[in-house]
Amino acid sequence: MVNEVMIKELKDMALQLRCNVLEMIGVGKAGHWGGSSSLAEAIAVLYFHSMKLDKANPKGPERDRLLLSKGHAALIQYAALCELGYFPREELKKVKSLNGLLQGHPDLSVPGIEAVTGSLGQGLSLGVGMALAFRLDKKSNHVYVIMGDGEQSEGQLWEAAMAASNFKIDNLTAFLDWNKIQASGRTEEIFSIPNLDKKWSAFGWEVITVDGHDIESIIGAIEQAKRIKGKPSLIILDTIKGKCISFAENTPAYHNGIFDNAKYDQAMAELIAQKEMV
Amino acid sequence: MEKKSLRLAYGEALVEEGKTNRDIVVLEADLGKSTMSCFFKEAYPDRYFEMGIAEQNMASTAAGLALAGKIPFYSTFAVFAVGRAYDQIRCGIAIPEANVRICGSSCGLSDFGDGKTHQSIEEANIMCTIPGMTVLNPCDAIETRKMMKAMVKHQGPVYIRINRNDLPVYTSTEDEYEIGKMYRIVEGSDVVIFATGAMVWKSVEAAAILTAEGISAEVINVSSLKPLRKEEILKYVGGKKAIVTADESTKIGGLGSAIASLIIGEVNLPFEQIGVNDEFGTSAHSYEELLVRYGLTEKDIAQAARKALTK
Repeated sequence: MVNEVMIKELKDMALQLRCNVLEMIGVGKAGHWGGSSSLAEAIAVLYFHSMKLDKANPKGPERDRLLLSKGHAALIQYAALCELGYFPREELKKVKSLNGLLQGHPDLSVPGIEAVTGSLGQGLSLGVGMALAFRLDKKSNHVYVIMGDGEQSEGQLWEAAMAASNFKIDNLTAFLDWNKIQASGRTEEIFSIPNLDKKWSAFGWEVITVDGHDIESIIGAIEQAKRIKGKPSLIILDTIKGKCISFAENTPAYHNGIFDNAKYDQAMAELIAQKEMV
Repeated sequence: MEKKSLRLAYGEALVEEGKTNRDIVVLEADLGKSTMSCFFKEAYPDRYFEMGIAEQNMASTAAGLALAGKIPFYSTFAVFAVGRAYDQIRCGIAIPEANVRICGSSCGLSDFGDGKTHQSIEEANIMCTIPGMTVLNPCDAIETRKMMKAMVKHQGPVYIRINRNDLPVYTSTEDEYEIGKMYRIVEGSDVVIFATGAMVWKSVEAAAILTAEGISAEVINVSSLKPLRKEEILKYVGGKKAIVTADESTKIGGLGSAIASLIIGEVNLPFEQIGVNDEFGTSAHSYEELLVRYGLTEKDIAQAARKALTK
């Protein structure tokens, strides 16, 4: 049941995840703020509402799987796994360091990470394999895969789209983080892929488009997608890259940007102010 | 010498292993009748996934199945199994050490008619460079069968290459088999020939030629291209006057360079390498014709041994 308290908690969690991401990026080091922050609400909903998890055992056999095909946004996944208590908070600051646990891209060494992704275009295929395995074993585990919009130019995604449709996979829900910016600029200018919704529909998928920053809409879309049987579902998250930090929103420079001292302080102050408003 | 199909051995082994191990699943990219994975489809249709002509998706899907507890075997022609899906193998399978078994069928020059686009003289070398990857190259149908059994039990990713043509059967079902071990096929004292795949029998024939000339050649079957163990090599090098290596892949990064890199500085013996020079394959009417064209016959191996012994 969706209620106001829960929505409020998830809104707060999404901002907490953003704070964690900013903490991981720190000052003077490049970090994928943009594509991490665009996913904060979806990640909060998945890990703290929709997904079946065993918090005491990250490898619990009944758990759902979440694969970040756009693996460069690993920071937002780490932020959530940390809040779940899967690893100590101290690891956040050690991200991408030689003796740290958290790799630059998703790696199985991190509790809660289910596959190696980051070389773009592969996550949906990995998810299809997992979904087939669960179906074969008559298990109810659900697979969630998050793709980027820049990533849509990877041909393998469309191989996987056809496979999921061919095998009538309905224990997998895919997300497309439609934040309209990729590594070197605006997606429309770099490599335009118009009508993504129609393309996925044509590939045999049920397509649902929602405001990717609206908690209630995301919850509703996931529930709707899970009710659809005999075909795979895609939720297009209409998002703002860099969301919640005024100077980083919709700014290609923050795809993998650096915060100086002043910018970091301003960013953290903005996030905390928004958190207090929830 | 009786010849048997390694492809048939692969297909039959899938079915036999799949009978007792329900976690085994098979993926194919529209070449199941050639790789002979199609037998598995007949036996266990629910565990067989026809992935269409989409090797990248097949490799990553196999990785997903493995990460969810299955033991997937995916097969297609060697050149595609590796070449079309290198990064999917690297990131999705090798880095997470997933239990995916990759079968590169019609390996080497064995797909003689189809020519350079379908022949694969470099894929085994590429696979050997991937950290943690096990690379197997059976010499006959019996060894193929034994490798399949070992692969099911093995932890981590494995690549197996399967020759398209029927090859002489000379190993025994009675002999033990272990991944990473080398096996002596012919005992000799002057020169040791380390050979792999189809080149093992060619080396046995070369040893017979040399025997007639009074040269005693030992033939070692290196069916595990990786792991390739130094102690195994040294075991057979001891007491010999020269070393010859023979494989059907490009010499660059092939069996010869792999063995040389392990013993360099420790063994100071004349060394000759049989393999494909820095060039692609070509179409021919028979496999034998190609082996002559690329210098991979018993005569070439015998000549390499003579040359090494006179150095």
